[in-house]
Amino acid sequence: MENKGLNKVDLIFEKIDSKEVLMKAFKMSSAEIIQSILDSGLKGRGGAGFPTGLKWKYTAAEKDPVKYIVCNADEGEPGTFKDREILDRVSNKVHGGMAIAGRAIGAKKGIVYLRGEYRYLLPKLMPELDSFHKMIKEIGYDFNIEYCMGSGAYICGEESALFESVEGKRGEPRNKPPYPTVSGVFNKPTSINNVETLVTTMMIINHGAQNFIQYGTKDSRGSKVFSISGDTPTPGIFELELGMTVQQFVNEFGDGDTKAVQVGGASGFCVPRKKFTETIIGFEGTPTGGSMKLFNSSRSMYNVLHNYLDFFTEESCGQCTPCRVGCQQLLKGVEKVKKGEAKSTYLTELMKLADSMKIAAKCGLGQSVGNAFKSIVGNFREEIIY
Amino acid sequence: MINLFINDQKVSVQAGTTVLAAAKKLKINIPTLCNHDDLCVAGNCRVCLVEQKGARTLIASCATPVSEGMDIHTNTLKVRNARKHVVELLLSEHRSDCTKCYKNQNCELQSLANEFAFGDHILLDLVEDHKYNIDRSSPSFVKDDSKCIRCQRCVRTCSELQYISAISVANKGAHQKISSFHDRPMSHVVCTNCGQCVNRCPTGALVEKTYIDQVWDAIYDPDKHVVVQTAPAVRVALGEDLGYDPGERVTGKMVNALKQLGFSSVLDTDFSADLTIMEEGTELLVRLKKALVDGDKKISLPMFTSCSPGWIKFIEHKYPEFLPNLSTCKSPQQMFGALAKTFYAKKRNIDPSKIVSVSIMPCTAKKFEADRPEMRASGFKDVDYVLTTRELAVMIKQAGLDFRNLDAAKYDSIMGDSTGAAVIFGATGGVMEAALRTAYEIVTGREVPFGNLNITPVRGMDGVKEATIKIEGCVDAWKFLEGAELKVAIAHGLVNANKIMKLVKEGKAPYHFVEIMACPGGCIGGGGQPIPTNLQIRKNRMKAIYSEDEGMVLRKSHQNPDVIAIYKEFLDQPNSHKSHELLHTHYVERDNF
Repeated sequence: MENKGLNKVDLIFEKIDSKEVLMKAFKMSSAEIIQSILDSGLKGRGGAGFPTGLKWKYTAAEKDPVKYIVCNADEGEPGTFKDREILDRVSNKVHGGMAIAGRAIGAKKGIVYLRGEYRYLLPKLMPELDSFHKMIKEIGYDFNIEYCMGSGAYICGEESALFESVEGKRGEPRNKPPYPTVSGVFNKPTSINNVETLVTTMMIINHGAQNFIQYGTKDSRGSKVFSISGDTPTPGIFELELGMTVQQFVNEFGDGDTKAVQVGGASGFCVPRKKFTETIIGFEGTPTGGSMKLFNSSRSMYNVLHNYLDFFTEESCGQCTPCRVGCQQLLKGVEKVKKGEAKSTYLTELMKLADSMKIAAKCGLGQSVGNAFKSIVGNFREEIIY
Repeated sequence: MINLFINDQKVSVQAGTTVLAAAKKLKINIPTLCNHDDLCVAGNCRVCLVEQKGARTLIASCATPVSEGMDIHTNTLKVRNARKHVVELLLSEHRSDCTKCYKNQNCELQSLANEFAFGDHILLDLVEDHKYNIDRSSPSFVKDDSKCIRCQRCVRTCSELQYISAISVANKGAHQKISSFHDRPMSHVVCTNCGQCVNRCPTGALVEKTYIDQVWDAIYDPDKHVVVQTAPAVRVALGEDLGYDPGERVTGKMVNALKQLGFSSVLDTDFSADLTIMEEGTELLVRLKKALVDGDKKISLPMFTSCSPGWIKFIEHKYPEFLPNLSTCKSPQQMFGALAKTFYAKKRNIDPSKIVSVSIMPCTAKKFEADRPEMRASGFKDVDYVLTTRELAVMIKQAGLDFRNLDAAKYDSIMGDSTGAAVIFGATGGVMEAALRTAYEIVTGREVPFGNLNITPVRGMDGVKEATIKIEGCVDAWKFLEGAELKVAIAHGLVNANKIMKLVKEGKAPYHFVEIMACPGGCIGGGGQPIPTNLQIRKNRMKAIYSEDEGMVLRKSHQNPDVIAIYKEFLDQPNSHKSHELLHTHYVERDNF
C-alpha cells in the first residue's frame, strides 16, 4: 500500500491568471483536453470518485448539439464546507473549469446549482461571474454560465435529483440508465462535476497532467481539500495530498484523544482507532468528498449514529421503499435497542437490513445509509447497546 | 435486436425493452408493485429487483432497459433477501388491518406479503409513528394515507392519464405523502372524482366510498320502493369480479341477480341513454340551425357531450369559459333519476317520497354527480345511491348468489327498454355513434351511410378521433343543412380531452360536436369498474359492448318503445318545457387548483 504521508498542498487556492490558463485550454482540441484529464487520473471530488476524464469523454461522444456542463455546488454532506470556501475565494477558477469542460464536451451552457444556504454568496459571486463572462467574450469564446439556487434538500446533491430540481420539478433521483452523459439536465447530454473537480481540471491544464500525478497515489491522484471538524484544535479547510493514513491525519489534526474519524460525512465510513494505521484516505481505502469529523472519547457513538439516521430519515426523498422506510426502521431500531425494548441481537437484523438497503435503494443516498450504520454499529456495538 | 440471458436462458428482444418485459417473454414472472401497464415507469417500490452480473447493486427490472450480453438472475438469494426486506418495509408502514379492509383479497400488497413476507416479521410497526389522515370528504372515494405505500400510481394516473394532478407528492423522507394542493380535502381541490386512481391503487389507500349498507337498508325497508338502473358498461365488466374473463357479457344474469337481491324494479340506464340522444341530438340540430341559418352569434359551438360527470367537473375547473358549449342535457343516470320520481312514480302510482333510486355505475364520479344540488328536479334527490360495478359484485357475493348458474332475466317494464345505440354509450365514441344514427335519420330520413349501422371511424382506442359526415338529401324541415359537412371529434381520458380543449381555446377546432369521456376507453374503463385495468382488458370490454349492440333488434335510440311512449304520455317532445325542467341542467365555475 502506497503511503505518501501527510503533505499540505496549495493548488486549489493558488493564485493564477485565469485568462492565460483559459487561452491555453482553448488552443487545445476537445480530445487533447480530455486526454490530459484522463492522464491526470483525476477522480470526482464530490465523493463518488468517477473518473472525470471518462465522464467528459462520454459526454463529448454524444451527438446532440445542445449539451450542458453542470457544476454541483449543492454541498450538503454533513461536515463538508470546502466548496463554499472555494466559491468564496476562487470562483474564477470554478467558472474557468466549467469553460474548459464546456470546451471538452461541446457545451456552450453551464449551470451552477448552488446550495440554498449559500445564497449569501451571490452578491459576491454575481460580479465575479460578470467579469468572467466579459473575459470569455474578450477571448472570443462562446460560453455562458447561469446560477440556479437549491432550496435546502440534501437529495438535490444527487445528480439526477439535481437535474429535476433545475428543471423546476420535485428533487427526486431518476432511474439510471440513462446516465447524465446521455440524458441529463433538460434531457440533454450533461457532464455534472463537483466544484472542486472543476477547479482541479483548470489546475491540471495549467500545470500539466504530468505534474499533477506527482501528487497522490496510483488510485488517488493529486490533492484534495478537506473539511475538518469535530474534536480538533484546528478545524477548517486544508488541502492535503492524497495517500495518507487516518493515523497520520489524526496525528496532525487530532486532539490526542481521537477514538474515531467519520470519513466522508453521514454517507461515509466511521474508522475506529484500531484501524487508523491500516486505513488510507483515498479511493484505495476510505474515500471522502472532503468531510473529516473527529470524535474523542467524550463522544457517544450512539448519539453520532442517531444523529446521522435522523438526518437520513429526514433527507431521504421518500421515493423508494428501502430508503424511505429503511431509514425509519434503522432509527427506531437503534432507539429500541438503546432503551432495552429490543434485544441486542436485533442489531444483527438491522445490519442485514442495511445490507439490503445498500443494494436495493434507487440512488446513492439510500445505498450509502448502510455505510455509516454498519461501520458505527460494527465498531462500537457496545456503545449502541449500553 | 438485443441478446441477453435471464436465469441462464437466452432471449432476444428489441432495444428499449425492459428487463421485466424480456423476462415475461421467457415466462419468467418478476413481482412488481409500482409498475402499471397504463403508466410511465417509476422504479420506486423496488419489488422487481433482480441481479445483474457485474453490477454493484441490484437493478429494478421495470426501469432498466436491456443491453447486449446482460446476464440477469431473478431469483438469487441476494434478490430474495432484498425483496423480502422491501415487502416487509412496505408492510411496516402500512396499516395492515386486512380483514377489515375493503380491498381484502384484492390487494397487491397482500398478495406480495403472501408470497414473500409470511411468518415472523422482524421489523417494527411504523404506522403508529405517523399521523395519518383519512380523507372522507369526497362523495366518491376515500383516501386513507395509513394504507398508502407511496407507489405513486395515483399521482401518475392523475397527471399522465387525466392531466389534472389533483394529487401529488408532498414532503420528503419519513414525512413523504401523497397530498393535494395545500393539503386541502379532496372535495375542495381540482379532483374530478373520476376514480382512475382508485382503479390503479394497489392497496386500500384509495377506494370508492361505498353505499352498500344504505342500499341494503332501503331494500329491507318495507316502506320503500327501491328502483335500480344499470349503466351500459356494467354488463360487460361485472363478470370480472365474479370469476369471468374480461369481455364476458353477463346482462341477463346481472338482471336476475338484482331481482334476487330484492330491488323492487330492475330498470335500465339504456332507456335514459336513448332519451339523452333524443334530447342532445335535438339540441345539437337546434344549435346548428341557430348558428348556421339564423347567424346567432351567441350560440356556442362545438357542442360538447355532458354524459361524463368526471369530464363535467374537469371543464368546470379547467375551462369554465366554455361551459356554454356543454350540452345542457343531464347524464342518462340523472335523467333516469328525475323521471323515476316523477313519471315512473305517477305511472306506478307510488308516492315518490317512498321511492329509493339506486344506480349501478362503472363510475365513481357518478356518486358526486348524484349529490350535486342541481340534481333534485323531481323535488327529491333524483338518484339516492350510486354503486360501482365493484360494489354490486360485493352485494352479489354478500347475498350468496351462485352468479354463474343464474338464469338470464329481463329488465322490468317502464324505463326498462333498450337499444343498441344506448348500449354503446359505454365505449368511447358510442354517444357520438348513437347520436349520428338518430340525427342523420331525422335530417335525411335515411339510415347513416355505414354498413350495418356501424360508424367505425368513431370507434377504437385512439385518444382523439375525428370524423366528417356529409349531409345530403335532407328532408324538407332540415333543407338548410343540405350539403353541410358535420365535423365531429371524440376524446377519452382527460389528457386527450385537454388536447381538444386546447384547440378549442386557440380557435383551431373545426368541430360541431365533440364527445368527451373522462376515462380511458370511455365508461368501460370507468373508475368504478373491476380492478385491475389495462388496455387489453378495456379492449375486451369494448368488443363485448359492440357485440351486445349487434345482437339487439333495435339499434337506434328513436326506436326505443319506452322513449316513444314517454314523449307521447309525459314529455311531449324533445327539448320541450317539461324536458327542460327535468332532463336539462346547468353548470358552475370551479377553482383551478
